[in-house]
Amino acid sequence: MSTGPAARGQGRTAAAYLAPALLVLGALLVYPVYQLVVISFYDYGQEQVSGGAPLVFLGLGNYTALLASARFWAVLGQTVGFAAVCVLGTLAVGAALAVLATRVRPWARTTLFLAALGAWATPAVAGSTIWLFLFDANLGLVNSVLGLDGFSWTYGKWSAFGLVAAEVVWCSFPFVMITLYAGIRAIPTEVLEAATLDGASAWRTARSVVVPLLRPLLIVVTIQSVIWDFKVFTQVYVMTNGGGIAGRNLVLNVFAYQQAFAASEYGLGAAIGVVTTVVLLVVTVFYLRALKRSGEVL
Amino acid sequence: MKRGVAEAITVVIAAVVAFPLFWMVLTAIKPTDEVLSTAPKPWTLRPTFSAFARALTVQDFGRYFVNSVVVALAVVGLSMLIAFLAAAALTRLRFRGRATMLVMLLVVQMVPVEALTVPLFFLMRSVGDAVPAFGLNHLGSLVLVHLAFSLPFSIWVLRGFVAAVPVELEEAATLDGASRFTFLRRVLFPLVAPGLVATSVLSFIHAWNDFLFAKTFIISAAENQTLPLALQVFVKPDQNDWGAIMAGSTLMTVPVLVFFVLVQRRLVSGLAGSVKG
Repeated sequence: MSTGPAARGQGRTAAAYLAPALLVLGALLVYPVYQLVVISFYDYGQEQVSGGAPLVFLGLGNYTALLASARFWAVLGQTVGFAAVCVLGTLAVGAALAVLATRVRPWARTTLFLAALGAWATPAVAGSTIWLFLFDANLGLVNSVLGLDGFSWTYGKWSAFGLVAAEVVWCSFPFVMITLYAGIRAIPTEVLEAATLDGASAWRTARSVVVPLLRPLLIVVTIQSVIWDFKVFTQVYVMTNGGGIAGRNLVLNVFAYQQAFAASEYGLGAAIGVVTTVVLLVVTVFYLRALKRSGEVL
Repeated sequence: MKRGVAEAITVVIAAVVAFPLFWMVLTAIKPTDEVLSTAPKPWTLRPTFSAFARALTVQDFGRYFVNSVVVALAVVGLSMLIAFLAAAALTRLRFRGRATMLVMLLVVQMVPVEALTVPLFFLMRSVGDAVPAFGLNHLGSLVLVHLAFSLPFSIWVLRGFVAAVPVELEEAATLDGASRFTFLRRVLFPLVAPGLVATSVLSFIHAWNDFLFAKTFIISAAENQTLPLALQVFVKPDQNDWGAIMAGSTLMTVPVLVFFVLVQRRLVSGLAGSVKG
């Protein structure tokens, strides 16, 4: 890179063009991350917010309180389990339908893709509300068809989690399906023809040719799904009315929200936020390595 | 598997996937007694818009609809402008720290913004002390955070579109006496417009769908609620006006559906490209 006057002029122009973006990102994304960590070190409650009591520095106090609480471990376990079910469901449905889409004529494929696009486009709150109505205890279509009059799906812990997971799979499988469909279509036909000529069965071709070729793409959609499903907030909050009866349907993000804004324990809420961020950071490192291997360049 | 069988299965699955949306629209146009029937029928012979009327008048949905539109459009407009300038600088200009900035851009995309509600809540409270319109309980606070959340991705995608414009074009414009800013405005901007459309649709949808930050920031000003928040408030235990709720859901879903269908090709290829490399 040269350091002549021209380059210096470019530097000044670049600074002017980048200033608004840097200002917004610095103030509203980088600074809050720093603040999140700072707040998590304090006992920050309603009195401190209103200025009635001084801030007390706790150091890692909020974290030791969290790690010692059975509630936190239960919520963490539920979050991991819920995310795992959502990811597996999304991948299974998305992959199966991507394969199915390659086997049918364009009119059928377009029908499927349009339906999937509808599910994908539905705002999370609207989707959650529709599913709540479909599964309503008295007026819902599902209970009427199954003859389960008066059965509440959102009352039991596991049926509530199952219902939320089903809604999450419904609105997130389209991304996986369309991405994998594009991936399958990008495999050169010669490769598949060669496998057939060599006498490979359809199953053998799928296992030994298609899956290895799609591996990088599969890793990317898996990790992307893990990141999304680990931080689901809206569906859980809306469908279980804020985390279920006595908070038995809490996941980390909803837990953090309730601690901070319902119980006014902002310091504790921030500490849960830090834990979520760290977990996702680890997942993200794997994501970046997968991206790098699949050939994405900076 | 025979192709005919596969196609039959495909159509059945498509119907199942689309069913919740069909049910939403159907419930919205059913008369109240049919909605409240314990033996719901998958059709209606007496379609009516009375549920929409109730949603718009009793529940004041029109106001929340406008609020959501204002927030989403402000986010789209500002992020287009800011992201375009930043993308132009990052692709067209040589300066120190450029590589670092690209890496930073990738890193901030990975920040789970849902974890930032607490610090952003306090930040907006302080902002509100200085400029009320951008503080808690005002739509400006939502515009600010969604602008920040949408920028990294928008800049990242636009960078590709700017890079695709040949450098010779800029040299020709400079020879013709155009200043750098004129080139940006008159030549580069129209050429990257397709990229701007794709990124702004995504920014629009994110801002439009947001529930968490609307819930965190708009605490006591009911008149400044956005659609997702308003819809959730209407769902009350045991006394739901499901017809009006489904009418509200329809009003909220339709704009996004229209956008999705309009840009689906670009969206799909863009998303596939962003993960395929």
